[in-house]
Amino acid sequence: MRALRILLPALLGLALWQGAVWVFAPPAFILPGPAEVAGALWQNRALLAEHAGITSLEVLLGLALGAGLGWATAIGLAASPPLARTLRPILVVSQAVPVFALAPILTLWFGYGLASKVAMALLIIYFPVTSAFFDALRSTPAAWLDQARVMGATPARILWHLRVPAALPGLLSGLRLAAVYAPIGAIIGEWVGASRGLGYLMLLANGRAKTDLMFASVLVVAGLTVGLYRAVDALAGRVEARRRA
Amino acid sequence: MTPPPGLLFDGRVRAGGTTCLGPVRMAAEAGRWTCLLGPSGVGKSTLLHCFAGLAGGMTLKGRAGATDGDPLDGRVALMAQSDGLLPWLTVAENVTLGARLRGKRPDRNRAAALLSRVGLGDLGDRKPRALSGGQRQRAALARTLYEDRPVVLLDEPFSALDVAHRARMQDLSARELASCTVLQVTHDPAEAARLGDRLLILTAAGIAEIDTRQAPPIPRAADAGATLDLTGRLTRRLLEVA
Repeated sequence: MRALRILLPALLGLALWQGAVWVFAPPAFILPGPAEVAGALWQNRALLAEHAGITSLEVLLGLALGAGLGWATAIGLAASPPLARTLRPILVVSQAVPVFALAPILTLWFGYGLASKVAMALLIIYFPVTSAFFDALRSTPAAWLDQARVMGATPARILWHLRVPAALPGLLSGLRLAAVYAPIGAIIGEWVGASRGLGYLMLLANGRAKTDLMFASVLVVAGLTVGLYRAVDALAGRVEARRRA
Repeated sequence: MTPPPGLLFDGRVRAGGTTCLGPVRMAAEAGRWTCLLGPSGVGKSTLLHCFAGLAGGMTLKGRAGATDGDPLDGRVALMAQSDGLLPWLTVAENVTLGARLRGKRPDRNRAAALLSRVGLGDLGDRKPRALSGGQRQRAALARTLYEDRPVVLLDEPFSALDVAHRARMQDLSARELASCTVLQVTHDPAEAARLGDRLLILTAAGIAEIDTRQAPPIPRAADAGATLDLTGRLTRRLLEVA
């Protein structure tokens, strides 16, 4: 049943794709059919795997660093209301800067290698993680806070023993979002300037009119993202279940 | 534990330009159980919060404190309508929460002893989720007892329980808090008639007291004549002031 629920939409998508290829009969460099893309996937499996490895490394590093930094920022903001009042508007304004615009600057600063892509993935998830965790840190039930104050707790101990564990679900939902955003960051970074990675491979294939390879790269990126999301979601689910039961 | 002090409130509380309590004078006798009733919005919880040191955002003109003149800080425990159990801690860890929040080492043996006194001896390792509503309030009582404070403030702690659980919690609390100064806010005249050494009704005009001098000591049996009589008198007064 469960396999059917996943398989059915996938088959429908494939059918639509193949249908469009049959009906409009576009040249293969405009829209290759599913069979051609599957062929490209198989033929270039070693190439795709190599570049996917690079992109995965960038994504995982960016995810770990961005999540850590977002975690620390949210706690810092929650610990100091004056800091929150000063920094929060800056954080929000920083989100108005399109990340695409930052990519060339990051490449300029951190070079063509791994670092600029990690920075890109980090930047793109930093705000969702910080924001989701900080919002949760600010919405601790008032009854719990009252109780803790009457018990004679200091603000620091209230933060550490009460607000942080109470806000864990917020952090986890931030991480779920981050799992989807982080690959976008890495790919943007690779588009702007790279010699390796799936984003680079897409541009390369595109430039050589190897549209089937480009589609294959896109499929691999999508697969990676779904896999990452499912892994983070499963991990978060386990943490949540352990916390309550 | 030091001998419990009495409580005295004399003044008014304002928040954001409006008066939310008083001016009024209310005293709770040392070592006795005082029930505070009154229409909603008259400021019963505000009064309780003044004694608990939780009047943030409000200005108190007058005084709210202990009759022995020492500050109430560290001498008050609070039990509210929501049990306030933290879902990620076990029941035993919830009982010792105060110690953790004060940076002290939790006394597990005492927590276990208190849990058996409230009838939860074998549930200390469970998470609150596994407990029924009545069991959760027992755990909250154990947490309150762990604090070992001479003054205990109760803000409608039993109002979410069914009749049988409520009656058992009332008996248990009356027994366990016998040596404390207790101030309980409640909406339930029958509960007040069972538990209150003193019965106070807070209204916009001030405090009115229902005479309990003829009544037996607490906890009074729910079906005793004196309890029913007090319930009736309280209900009548509450109808008059509403």
